[in-house]
Amino acid sequence: MVAQNVFFWIFAVAMAIGAIRVVTTDNIVHAALWLVVVLGGGAAQFLLLGQEFIAWVQVIVYIGAVIVLFLFGIMLTHAPMQAHETLGNNLRAVGLAVSVLLAGTLAWVLVDQFGNDKIHLVAPVRTAEVGDVVFRSYLVPFEVVGVLLLAALIGAVVLARRD
Amino acid sequence: MILNQFLLLSAFLFCTGAYGVIARRHTVLVLASIELMLTAVNINLVAFGASLNSAAGQVFALFVLTIAAAEVGVGLAIVLLIYRNLRSADPDDLAELKG
Repeated sequence: MVAQNVFFWIFAVAMAIGAIRVVTTDNIVHAALWLVVVLGGGAAQFLLLGQEFIAWVQVIVYIGAVIVLFLFGIMLTHAPMQAHETLGNNLRAVGLAVSVLLAGTLAWVLVDQFGNDKIHLVAPVRTAEVGDVVFRSYLVPFEVVGVLLLAALIGAVVLARRD
Repeated sequence: MILNQFLLLSAFLFCTGAYGVIARRHTVLVLASIELMLTAVNINLVAFGASLNSAAGQVFALFVLTIAAAEVGVGLAIVLLIYRNLRSADPDDLAELKG
């Protein structure tokens, strides 16, 4: 448990720094790469919680596909690749106020509700169990999400093609 | 490990993402901030799943991840379309609904 806590804090600090850099850096490509740090840290937290399947799906789908999509989006909109001081708008104070208020409220509610509740990990969740749950309890949502993905695919092609 | 350390980390990520959505001036960065918020949601779901000793948390996180991928695909197509029409990817330039 001690080792898990040490690794939790290492990854948590890396994720916090990465998240802050994503929303404050002046270089749009660096923002996408800091997002990799946050998402990779998230995958590491999933591994610490013994949830292996979702950790590797996160690495493959988010880091492998979504980040590449972001880099394509940056390239295709001819965003400035160098540092550029106008990536934040004049709503910084409002955004800071909103997020600090939200963080305060969430932290208060979470500490009030869950206090020192412990997580008792018995064993890592095997991928076979996840498959069982998906195809027994959540079969219909799974199929619906598949259709949604197909619709999004067709929609993206229709929107982005030149005609 | 206590449950709250994961929940507080995810609350922090969510609030950082909210700040990014409000304060960023490039649509791709706004989408990246939304991804931060969705990752925070996933950490919550997986932490609750682990604390309840159930695989359902992973399943819901899987659904969120699928929808996040679909959202980024459609979102970037819309950003490209806006850029092609307006030569700009700044959400503040999309002010054509003002009379």
